[in-house]
Amino acid sequence: MLILNCPCCGVTAEETEFHAGGEAHLKRFGPDSSNEDFENYMFMRQNPKGVHLERWRHNNGCGKWFHAARCTMTLEVFGTYSAQTYEPPKEICDLISAKRPGWSWGAFS
Amino acid sequence: MSNLISALDKATDNSGIAKIEEIGLQGMITLRGDLSKAAVKKAATSVTGVEMPTLGHANHDGASGLCWMSTDELLVLCPYDQVADTLAKMHTALGKAHALAVDVSDARASLRVSGPNAREVMAKLAPVDLSPEAFKPGMFRRTRMAQVAAAFWMVDDATFQIVCFRSNAQYVFDLLKVAAQNGSEVGFFK
Repeated sequence: MLILNCPCCGVTAEETEFHAGGEAHLKRFGPDSSNEDFENYMFMRQNPKGVHLERWRHNNGCGKWFHAARCTMTLEVFGTYSAQTYEPPKEICDLISAKRPGWSWGAFS
Repeated sequence: MSNLISALDKATDNSGIAKIEEIGLQGMITLRGDLSKAAVKKAATSVTGVEMPTLGHANHDGASGLCWMSTDELLVLCPYDQVADTLAKMHTALGKAHALAVDVSDARASLRVSGPNAREVMAKLAPVDLSPEAFKPGMFRRTRMAQVAAAFWMVDDATFQIVCFRSNAQYVFDLLKVAAQNGSEVGFFK
C-alpha cells in the first residue's frame, strides 16, 4: 500500500484516501494535430518497472491534484510535488537519484 | 410551514462502548475563495466570532465555527435558523471579492461520538493516525469513513464531531454502531 503526502494540505495518508490520475506530464495534442501525435497523447502510456511519475488526487481530503514519484516495483514513494509544473522539480529528481542512480523516465532522468 | 427535521431526527445509540448521536440540524455554509484575502477572512470571522483556523484545524464556539477544508475552502458553521442571515452578511462582507458562499446545511448531516473510547471507534473507520499525540482537540480532518467521504474534528479529548452527506447519514450511524459494539475495545491508545 502506498503512503502519500499531499503537498497541498500536508496530510500523509494511505492510498485509499487518494485517487490515481494516470501518467504525469503528458503534453496534450488536440484538434489540428497529426494523427500520430494524437494517438500518442490519447493512448500510449509508459508502463515502467521502477521509477514512475504519476498524477494523484486527494479526493477524500482537500480535493486537490498533485504529482507523485514512486517505484512501481517496491511501491516506495520518493516524493510528491505540485501539480502546477511541467517537469519534476530538482529536489524530487535528486531524491530519486539517491535511491535509483541512473534512472530515467520519459524525457527526465 | 413544514416541520424541518434532520436526516436521522436526533437518533442516539448508547448501547456500545461510545455514545453515538445524530445532533440534529446544523447550519453549514461552504465558503470558497482565496483564504489569504482580507475580504474573505472578514466574511468568515465576522459572522462566526472565531478566528481563522490554521491548516487542518477547526475553531468553534457552540454552534458557530470555522473549519479548514482545503487551501481555498472553509466550512462556516452557524445555528440552523440563522443561515439565511449569516449568508446575507457574508455576501455583504465579501463585496466584489472573487469568492463563493453557499448554504449546504440540508445536504449534510452531523453526528457526534463521545466517551472514553471515542478515539478507538473513529480509528477503526478512518485511515487517519488518531493517536493522542497525532490528533488533538481542535484538529480537523477531511477523509473517508469506510466507504463514504466524511470530515471530523475533536471538540475535546473524548468527543468527535462528524460531518457527512445527508444521504450517507444512516450508513455512517450504522457504521459507528458496529464499530462501538460492546466488547470491541482494542485498547490500542491506552
